[in-house]
Formats: sequence, structure tokens, C-alpha cells
Amino acid sequence: MGMVNIKINGMPLSVPNGISILEAARYVGIEIPTLCYLKEINEIGACRICVVEVKGAKSLVTACVYPVNEGMEIFTNTEKVRNSRKLTLELILSTHDRKCLSCVRSGSCELQQLCKEFGVDNETYFEGENRHYDFDDSAAHMIRDNNKCILCRRCVAACDAQAVSVIGANARGFDTHISSAFDKDLANVSCISCGQCIVNCPTGALSEKDDSPKVLEAINDPEKFVVVQTAPSIRVTLGECFGMHLGTNVQGKMVAALRRLGFDRVFDTDFAADLTIVEEANELLERINNGGTLPMITSCSPGWIKYCEHYYPEQLSHLSTCKSPQQMFGATIKTWYAEKFGIDPSKIVVVGIMPCTAKKFETMRDDQSASGYPDVDIALTTRELGRMIESAGIFFRHLPDEEFDNPLGDATGAAVIFGTTGGVMEAALRTAVERLTGETLKALDFTDVRGTKGIKEATYNVAGMDIKVCVASGIANAKKVMDKVKDGTSGYHFIEIMGCPGGCVNGGGQPIQHAVVRNFVDLRGIRAAALYDADKDCPVRKSHENPAIKKVYEEFFGEPGSHKAHEVLHTSYVARPKYQ
Amino acid sequence: MLKKVSKIPFSGSPEQEARLKEIIAENCHDKSLLMHVMQQAQNIYGYLPFEVQVMIADGMDIPLEKVYGVSTFYAQFNLTPKGKFNISVCLGTACYVKGSKAVLDKICQVIGIEPGECTPDRHFSIEACRCIGACGLAPVMTINDDVYGKLTVDQIEGILQKYKD
Repeated sequence: MGMVNIKINGMPLSVPNGISILEAARYVGIEIPTLCYLKEINEIGACRICVVEVKGAKSLVTACVYPVNEGMEIFTNTEKVRNSRKLTLELILSTHDRKCLSCVRSGSCELQQLCKEFGVDNETYFEGENRHYDFDDSAAHMIRDNNKCILCRRCVAACDAQAVSVIGANARGFDTHISSAFDKDLANVSCISCGQCIVNCPTGALSEKDDSPKVLEAINDPEKFVVVQTAPSIRVTLGECFGMHLGTNVQGKMVAALRRLGFDRVFDTDFAADLTIVEEANELLERINNGGTLPMITSCSPGWIKYCEHYYPEQLSHLSTCKSPQQMFGATIKTWYAEKFGIDPSKIVVVGIMPCTAKKFETMRDDQSASGYPDVDIALTTRELGRMIESAGIFFRHLPDEEFDNPLGDATGAAVIFGTTGGVMEAALRTAVERLTGETLKALDFTDVRGTKGIKEATYNVAGMDIKVCVASGIANAKKVMDKVKDGTSGYHFIEIMGCPGGCVNGGGQPIQHAVVRNFVDLRGIRAAALYDADKDCPVRKSHENPAIKKVYEEFFGEPGSHKAHEVLHTSYVARPKYQ
Repeated sequence: MLKKVSKIPFSGSPEQEARLKEIIAENCHDKSLLMHVMQQAQNIYGYLPFEVQVMIADGMDIPLEKVYGVSTFYAQFNLTPKGKFNISVCLGTACYVKGSKAVLDKICQVIGIEPGECTPDRHFSIEACRCIGACGLAPVMTINDDVYGKLTVDQIEGILQKYKD
């Protein structure tokens, strides 16, 4: 690609030929605002906010899709441009439900921010007839409120990028609205609950179902013993809710904040991630040695599981029967821990803090109640926890660092990397390879499976056998891998699949980052790097060497894969229809 | 206008399904032929209910939501079946000024359905249409190929009676 000479606001510069005006403007430090643009997945020039003047052009052009060419002169901040953007914002507001005071996205709304920047001071200027849409709160994980929708179609692009495509623009003109086929509720289509639509929505049209009132109710009930567990990736993303830099590890402050919120015990889902690895590695070796179904596929990501149940129902035997770490944790608390400390499991409320909206759905699945009570009672997203901390008046940034409670706060470096694509695979390999060879691993870093690439493959020669593994993140990539599994041509022994692109660090429950960050900053990579740093600093980096794990097997489960372990830590899956 | 989705149970025949499958097989190599396939499907079934759209979605390997999006975008696609007698009342400017809205309301009241719907026995369906070029006869309606002009609300019951059997 050659270079072209252009001028932006009079400043001469040389940029690669064919890039968009929007990208070119970044070379001179100019951020052209957008509402619909998502790099590579939604480049449709629909919102008209990014318009700029180009010398010689008949009208304003959309910077997000207009390529630069030699000699082009661009003006990004003329009166004409500003007036056009302001008019567009006023027109958007005319059909927008302006409940900004109580909106969950107030403060993180891209529309609100632009209105402020462009001085839109008469939001009722074009007020007129309006459609009213009912909320769709049918799904376990989210609420759709089309009254706040600006039809940017980012959610549609996110759903399409996940190869799920259960939402789209329907009808036309003034009636255009985002909904599912035949305007069915989200609970009645094959939505996988991943929440990628939510993190890409510029406004409050899409949001997670807020379960924090249930948590506060439990905390305020003196009869209840409320236990909280935090997923691996939360510690490197929660800080973003309080304006901290991307990739800041706030584990200590997070623990301190949870104590101050009034939880009786603050534990780490990482403990259960270690437990998952021990069970899953054992299951893999059993399948390899006893001719079980291969490849075996990880089962930690409930969005992926739901996808597999809807779209590949005949392939369910490939899924590891291990519950996810969230569910293993709850099951262990309500059985072993309850027994050991003499607590009635009916009085225990287990709360998961998750990077994931599908975890809300997971808590309601069948065959997830080892004690007779649901393994996990409430799953909150990172965002809900952030809001709880904020509304409790806790000054997060100034909290001291505190430690998790024992013994379910003990975890290894293998567990902390569960939060990123390739992490579960690496953790499993650290344990499986030692099991197979009977020797201590010298190098613990399996770098082939690291990185944010959508599909990664590697082959490891272990004890004279070639173990072929694959790591996929994002459902579109999972689909490619699953088509090979279906054909029987994959040749893999073990596959890790995470539903969200990049894994849990980019989960649908993670803090909102505006599209400009999602487009131009390696969000997944930065968050993941913080997890690998945490792993490096851990004194114990192999799941099976976690002393708390050894203890729980000694006292309760016996051996990995034992009858007891199967009762408590394993689950089953159901074929779900693609259309209902 | 928002399209109504029929609640009338789907009653496609094996012959219709075989014809649709044939059309899909001829066109499934190219996703851009979706609209062509949808038009053919509508020729076979008269409308595009859920069951037909699912066949098209699976056959063309296009998400059902995309098929539905196209079917609700273009006016020529129907989501409700046409009755044995399809009533079309012109709401073009001339007819509207001459009171065709009252005529439409009266018909809806008599046959008990809303514009864009079909009676459960599939006898009558009714729709509002734009100018049909017979402004001299305003207000005007058609029932299949029969044209009725210079209508008054009082005439409606008598006219419909002729099509009752």
C-alpha cells in the first residue's frame, strides 16, 4: 500500500493510501466522533455523526467509510460540520427515551457525551410522534429497551460477528426497530447470552439484568451466610469502573471492597478454576486412555455451552462434563465447606462476580445443584459490582489491599489465566503433562496457546504421544472448529473454547469501554497481559499443587473423577432447538 | 406500516414443500439470491409464515433473523395469508378525501379482522392499498378482480354478502 499526501485542517501529512478519513485523522491526534462505527465489523456510515468537509466534494462525507486519496483536503471542525452533527444529535434525541437521570448508562453513554460536547441544549427541538416499545426482559441475562435504541446496529454487528445473528433490524422507515425474527422475545430464540451486544451498545438500550438488589437483600438478612467469589478476570478489569488504567490488577482493593459491602466470606473463583483443571485433566486422560469421545472440549464458558446446545446438539458428547469454575465453587461451598463448618446449606447464598452475562443463565441451568440447593444463587457482572461499590460510598481507589479468606481463597497462577483465551488450555497442559509423564515440568509457559488470535493450534509430544490441541475464542471461530469436529477431520485431542472474542477479559459483563477504545486499543491484549503478570508472580503455578485443592480431595472428594467428584462437580447438557 | 404476523396455523402441503426445496436447491449456492427465493416461496404459499422462512433460512444458510428482516422491509412480502377473497381498500389521496377510511373501518367491523389480517377460515383478507388509478370512482375498493367505486358505508354489508359463500 503506497502513501498519499493529504491535509487535515490545513496540516499536511502522509498516510497509507485507502485508509479511512477517520483513521487518517488519528495520525494528527484528531478524534472524529462516531456512534455506529465498529472497526471491521460495523463500517456502515449510518449514524452521520462522523461527517467532515472535503474540499471539492458536493456534500459532507462520512469519515468512517470514506477513503483518503492523493491531495485530499479535509476539514473536521468547520461550522458546517458542527451544525450537521448537532442536527443529527437533535434528530436522534427526538425518538430517544431521555431518562438520562436514572439510566444505567448515564455517565458511560456515548450519545450523552456527544450531546454535551456539541452543546445540544434543546433536546425537545424535534419532539413529535413516537413509537413506544415494551421492554424485553424475558432472557435471564439482559434487558432490551428499544425506546433508547438509536439504530446504530452495533449490537447486530456484534451478534453477527459471533455468528449467532438472533437480532437484526426489522421493518422499515419510522417503524425500523431491532428485534429477533418474528419479533420473538430473546428467551424464545437461540440467543447464547454472551452479552457482546451490551458491551458494544452506545446507549442504555441494552443492559444486563441488575441482580444487585437480591445480593443486598441477602446481605441484610441475618439468617443468611453470604459468600462471594470473584472470577479470574475481574481483578484486572474492575478498576476500569473507577477510572483506573486498563490492565490494572486491583485484586487487593476488590477483596477489601467486597468485605466492606458486607459479604461473610470473600473467596476466589480461582480456587474452583484449579479444581476444574484437576477434574478436567483427569477426564481428558481417561478419555485418551479408555477410548472416550475425542476431542474433548472445555465447558467453562456458559455462552459457548448454550451455543453448542442450540447449534451443535449432536456434538454434546465432546463437552467435558466438568461444571464451570463458578458452579464448582458453589457446589463445593454448599457441600464440603458447609459440612466442615457446620453451616446449613439452605442458609448459604453464593454470589459470583463474573465477567459474563451468560453466567446469570448458567445459575439457572438444570443439574447444577449438588447440595439440593442451587450451586450458585446470584451471578453479578463486573459492572454491577462496580455500581454496588460506588453506591455504597466506598472510595475504591483509596482502599487498602486485603487478602482473600481461607481456604477457598487459595489459588495458583494456572487459575488466574483462565480469564483469557488459551488460559484454560495452558493450565490444563501444566497438569496433564505432569500426570502423563510423571515428571516435573521444567518450562511452565505454553506460549503457542497464548495471544488474542481467534484460533490457535499446537501439538505437544508428551510421553511418546502427540497431543494435538486447539484454542478458539469468539463463537464465529468456535463454529469453524466445530465444523471440523463434526466432519471428524479435526484430529484434535483437546479444544478450549471461550464464547467471547479474546475470552473472559472481553466478556459481555466487563466494564463498558467506548467504541473508540474498542476500535483502537488492544483491550483484550492489555487485560490479558495483566493476568499473565499475575500468573508469573504466583508462588504456585500448577493447579494440582494448590494446597487447598489437595486438602479438599483428601477430606472430601477422594480422587479426581471419583464417584463423589462426579456427583458434585460434574453436570450434563441438553439439546436445545435452533428455532422455537 | 408494521406488518402483522398471522396467527393462523400453517397448513402447507408436501407438494408445496417439495417445490420450495427444489427452488432452494437451485439457488442456495449464492446468498444474494435470497429475495428471489422468497418471492418464489410467496408464489407457492401466498405468504411467508415462520415455517416457510425457517426452510429458506436453513436451505440458504442465512440466519432466520436476516430472512425476517427482508420480509418486513419490502412491502411485497406478506406475513399473513391471503383469503379466498382479498379485499383491498384504496387509501390514496382522492379516495381518502372521499371517505375511504370509513369504508375500510366498516369492512373490518363486519368481517372482524384488522387491515393486514386474514379471517381464521381464510375466507376474507383485507388490506389498505395506495392509489390504484381509479380516482374518478373514489372511494374505491377491489375484491379479487372485482372493482367497486363511489362506495358508501351503507353498501358494504350488501357487497360482502355476495362473497359469503
